[in-house]
Amino acid sequence: MSATLQPLDVTAIRRDFPLLSRVLSGKPVVYLDSAVSGQMPLCAIERMAKYERDEHTNVHRGVSTLSQQATDSYEAAREKVRRFLGAASVREIVWTRGTTEAINLVAQTFGRKVVQAGDEILVSAMEHHANIVPWQMLAQEKGATLKVIPITDDGELILESLDELITERTKLLAVTHVSNVLGTVNPIKEIIARAHAKGVPVLVDGAQAVPHLKVDVQDLDADFYVFSGHKLSGPTGIGALYGKLAHLEAMPPWHGGGNMIRSVTWEKTTYMAAPGKFEAGTPPIAAAIGLGAALDYLTNLGLDRIAAQEHDLLVYATERLERIPGLHILGKARDKASVISFVVEGIHPHDMGSLLDGEGVVIRAGHHCAQPLMARYNVPATTRASFAYFNTREDIDVLVSAVEKAIELFK
Amino acid sequence: MTDPRELYQQVILEHNKKPRNFGKLDPCTHHAEGHNPLCGDQLELSLVIENGVVADIKFQGSGCAIDVASASLMTGIVKGKPVAEAEAMIEQFRGMVRGELDPATQAPLLGRLTLFSGVKDLPSRVKCAILPWATLHAALRGEEEASTE
Repeated sequence: MSATLQPLDVTAIRRDFPLLSRVLSGKPVVYLDSAVSGQMPLCAIERMAKYERDEHTNVHRGVSTLSQQATDSYEAAREKVRRFLGAASVREIVWTRGTTEAINLVAQTFGRKVVQAGDEILVSAMEHHANIVPWQMLAQEKGATLKVIPITDDGELILESLDELITERTKLLAVTHVSNVLGTVNPIKEIIARAHAKGVPVLVDGAQAVPHLKVDVQDLDADFYVFSGHKLSGPTGIGALYGKLAHLEAMPPWHGGGNMIRSVTWEKTTYMAAPGKFEAGTPPIAAAIGLGAALDYLTNLGLDRIAAQEHDLLVYATERLERIPGLHILGKARDKASVISFVVEGIHPHDMGSLLDGEGVVIRAGHHCAQPLMARYNVPATTRASFAYFNTREDIDVLVSAVEKAIELFK
Repeated sequence: MTDPRELYQQVILEHNKKPRNFGKLDPCTHHAEGHNPLCGDQLELSLVIENGVVADIKFQGSGCAIDVASASLMTGIVKGKPVAEAEAMIEQFRGMVRGELDPATQAPLLGRLTLFSGVKDLPSRVKCAILPWATLHAALRGEEEASTE
């Protein structure tokens, strides 16, 4: 954290998020659930509304001025994603519905091509179901095997196992940048370098990383990098797949339909170049434009300042929660994003979730779409608080006293 | 009810801490496992039914306080009752926590179990309260598995 960094004006920022001044169950909302979905700033909401009100039509359609303007706004949003990820070319950015669709796209195009019977796909023990199930399905279809990089009790990948786990049969490594449960920030650059040394391409699930840290896909040398707009202060229904152009060009199309073709005859269809060949049908235009506006908002605040604010909240919350008797934090990685999962002795996370909800504190209680990870820690579920740049230390104070109240009730 | 604390009454907290009829009957005449795929709650019921009466019943598993207290109180109330009456209780309990019937006038078999009626205001928790009853329903019908999916 640079000492010269100007801190964020959180009071002013909070005015950009109308939901934060709502009252639920008679209590002011304390939103500590950004890992589930980030709140959208007003400017992004209004940009989407403006599109629907004044600009609504389809993209890549005909010669009308209106359609050209929509296409320009939509493609400008793609350029914003390119810049945000540090990609070399806008042709490397494929719109998807989100992280899940992006991973399925890669599994069913790139994966189907490179993975054959007897091959291996490597994932990690801290993956979200979105980065497990598509690979399991592919492995089942091809007669391949899914192998898993283990983690320590503190929630860090055991990278010493990597050289043994990557064999000549390994065709792909799919790993998360930041764990949605443990908050662990994985050393992705090192992992990619070690996989590449053995000729293995790497897909990075960036869903939980992009809201917290500056990503540069060229510096990481990622083959594929995927994320969802709604975790990044954008709307739902939009996300992106970054893929190295050489990969995207070699991949077959996925969904067929309008928009993704060059020409169609009864005899033969030819496809658009990447990214067009992966984008069949009418896309969520307003959502793409809204995500572009959200990226402008975040860039304007400054990702380094966002990271500094969130780190302060993480440190403060960890200190305060750790002092509560019977409360255990899952995930104590040295490098952590602002996500804290915890369990409390004698209180099931769902009871905790309901009681916190009654105090206006919005958190997630459940398995976080990471059941194998829950099994690894031998818990059915956890309670998870996640902090964004609009949260304050006061929010954490409310969380802590609500947790203490629940413990008192269950005594 | 807007405050979930109202649901977590002493009876529920106490049954969660010290569940009654916890364990497994071996041998048993009826048996079923219940799962709540949404939250991972698991419950196993074993019963001995003699002459159309629930002679004994036990449960084991892990779940939230609503689930465990519901199972604990359910096993207590159906024990010694004819199967037909247990079936009627299942119907009343389901209707009550879904807010479809009035606990004061339309759930005469449930007695103090009407304290679960507040669950209807916490839609995400209705399945927790129902899981033991859905599992009992499955066991009585000779099915091995119940799910609240």
